[in-house]
Amino acid sequence: MTHQDTTQQHQADWAEAAVAEHAEENDTGHLAHATVGAAPASREQLVLERIDRARRARPRVREKLITLAHGAGGKATQSLIEAIFLDAFRNPLLEPLEDAATVTAGNVQLAFTTDSYVVSPLFFPGGNIGDLAVNGTVNDLAVSGARPAHLSAGFILEEGFPVEDLRRIVASMAAAATAAGVSIVTGDTKVVQRGKGDGCYINTAGVGLITSGLNLGVATARPGDVVIVSGPVGDHGITIMLERGELDLEADLVSDTASVYELVQGLLDAVGPDVRAMRDATRGGVATILNEVATAAGVAVVVEEEAVPVRPEVRGACELLGIDPLYVACEGRIVVIVDPAAADAAVAALQAHPLGAGATVVGRVAVDPPGLVLLKTGFGGTRIIDLLVGDPLPRIC
Amino acid sequence: MRFVDEYRDAEKARTLAAKIAALCEPGRHYKFMEVCGGHTHTIYKHGLEDYLPESITLVHGPGCPVCVLPMGRVDDAIALAEQPDVIMTSFGDMMRVPGGRGSFFDSSAAGTDIRMVYSPLDALKIARQNPNKHVIFMAIGMETTAPSTAMTVLRAAAEGIENFSIFCNHVMIVPAIKAILDSPDLRLDGFIGPGHVSTVIGCRPYEYIPAEYGKPIVTAGFEPLDILQSVYMLLQQLADGRCEVENQYSRVVPWDGNTVALRAMGEVMELRPYFEWRGLGFISHSALQVREKYAAFDAERHFTLPGVRVADPKACQCGEVLKGVLKPWECKVFGTACTPEMPIGTCMVSSEGACAAYYNFGRFSRERIREVSIETSRA
Repeated sequence: MTHQDTTQQHQADWAEAAVAEHAEENDTGHLAHATVGAAPASREQLVLERIDRARRARPRVREKLITLAHGAGGKATQSLIEAIFLDAFRNPLLEPLEDAATVTAGNVQLAFTTDSYVVSPLFFPGGNIGDLAVNGTVNDLAVSGARPAHLSAGFILEEGFPVEDLRRIVASMAAAATAAGVSIVTGDTKVVQRGKGDGCYINTAGVGLITSGLNLGVATARPGDVVIVSGPVGDHGITIMLERGELDLEADLVSDTASVYELVQGLLDAVGPDVRAMRDATRGGVATILNEVATAAGVAVVVEEEAVPVRPEVRGACELLGIDPLYVACEGRIVVIVDPAAADAAVAALQAHPLGAGATVVGRVAVDPPGLVLLKTGFGGTRIIDLLVGDPLPRIC
Repeated sequence: MRFVDEYRDAEKARTLAAKIAALCEPGRHYKFMEVCGGHTHTIYKHGLEDYLPESITLVHGPGCPVCVLPMGRVDDAIALAEQPDVIMTSFGDMMRVPGGRGSFFDSSAAGTDIRMVYSPLDALKIARQNPNKHVIFMAIGMETTAPSTAMTVLRAAAEGIENFSIFCNHVMIVPAIKAILDSPDLRLDGFIGPGHVSTVIGCRPYEYIPAEYGKPIVTAGFEPLDILQSVYMLLQQLADGRCEVENQYSRVVPWDGNTVALRAMGEVMELRPYFEWRGLGFISHSALQVREKYAAFDAERHFTLPGVRVADPKACQCGEVLKGVLKPWECKVFGTACTPEMPIGTCMVSSEGACAAYYNFGRFSRERIREVSIETSRA
């Protein structure tokens, strides 16, 4: 190895620091590794437990600068939220990290949420940034069991942005708000210098009335519960990726952006007390939601790959790009966790609405292994569905 | 979906699994290496190990070009991106690969212009659109991607484009397999040969493996049934007392490879005397560099590189994992200091690396899962 000897050598300080930081756990693991006579299965089990402990440790943001991974909805986003935002703002209303917070005003219960929209391109088949900005916030309220009532709209516009484009976006917002039965009651406008923004960013916040008295939340999932999705997954994300034109692929696909309020209402009218949790599957897709369920409730979620509805066009694009459709964003699909006794009635209630025509059971909540999402593959094997580290593709919502 | 579903049929898999089990000699243990990271990914993504008897172990080889890139080369690439008026372009899966000072993502956050592309031709397009910038393509990959890099250089030369170069990190699989075969730790019974690489180089370059090392090799496709079938073919060779190169992936791989692609590669590139592979060390004649004739398109000639070697942390046992001596979870830092969020070793970097595949897809106890299946089917 003469080349090594003659070449100047450095060490990667960050890597050495990471090894040193975990030295104690690693020694335990090493003991496990060296345990004489232990069966491999039990040695592996010890390592799995060690990893589980490491994953439950307090999240930290090690990076000195924000990277795109922090906005991708996976593990990096989660660490950023928990280590920076939750750490500074900590309070009982924020802590559940649900899609909307439940706040009390007098004897009225309100759901309160906010979301920012930075999608590129601004216009795509099936909608534009305006539709997303209204529907996304309406949906966060709806899946919290609230009736969406009022929205705010904040615009950050870039110098040089065509007024005609802004008109189209705002017209879409007005139409989406009418369709969802909400009013946009307050707003804000800022213009930044050319090059300091990407045409148009929108933030919306919304409040809704909670009248159902249901106790919804991913932490309430229990073994035996059934997992339902309301229709084909991944339409929005793949539509956006194709629309960017970087892939030279074409497919007859439109975004699924829509308000799910009526869909949710139909479900709650039919089987309300049996619903444990609902989420709209946006950034990070169905897989991210199921991981939230598994972690928050300390249960396993077992998904049947063949039961997950995916359009052939979406599946084809995902195969080409090496993406799992379970991680691809939707903008009008919900995931429902429901008591097994009410599963058929829940599917029927969802299917009664056009947005839920493709509703189907995709999996179950189980006891073991707690905190993990397992996939029974169509091929007949089993694997984990973990949170993504980051999205390899640019922003999509 | 046609051309996909037929290779993922659970019924056919069960039939093949029964034949595989029947071929295993009682009391014998088999270790096969799948050379290619794409195979590793397929094995874990589809849960293929559920079909194999306990007496068969699949060892995950060095065929992931992202994983084997040494940290020093990543630092060199970032140094190139930091040059004034440079646009660095790269495949997406390179973005998170850590060097001694961080990854492309970190460098981009710090202000360099690093753009993801899906093909080197996209990089050339960026060069045409930005005549005042110098555009560098981070060329990585084995013989699979080297021809497209070579074709792009030929196109740039034909069009007289002067603001484009490549940072050539193409490596070759045959010398890497040879390095593994020469390792004293080796205990393998055969190889599942790389599929994509073989579409370019064909099957002939593997003939030394049975001839000189007495190990069978079956070139395999990337669907789960392809891999099961190649395991079956390897066992059949061992049972018959044969030892040869077989082509399971004949629907795509011609025995003599793709001569057009090979010619383009040979025109633009030549062998380096030696190249460092992460986890495996320096391997002679295992990588490609740009020929003198195309020096104008060689980023290594355009710019001065730091060229500093970055040592892997001592705790990192990637070399042992790549050679099949250790299973991913047997490494001391697996899953604690070394995770997909913060990969220390080569095998944790790309989703095709052995450790990342195990961490992302296989991090559970199969014993306990069997209990879970029984429980959920009762529920």
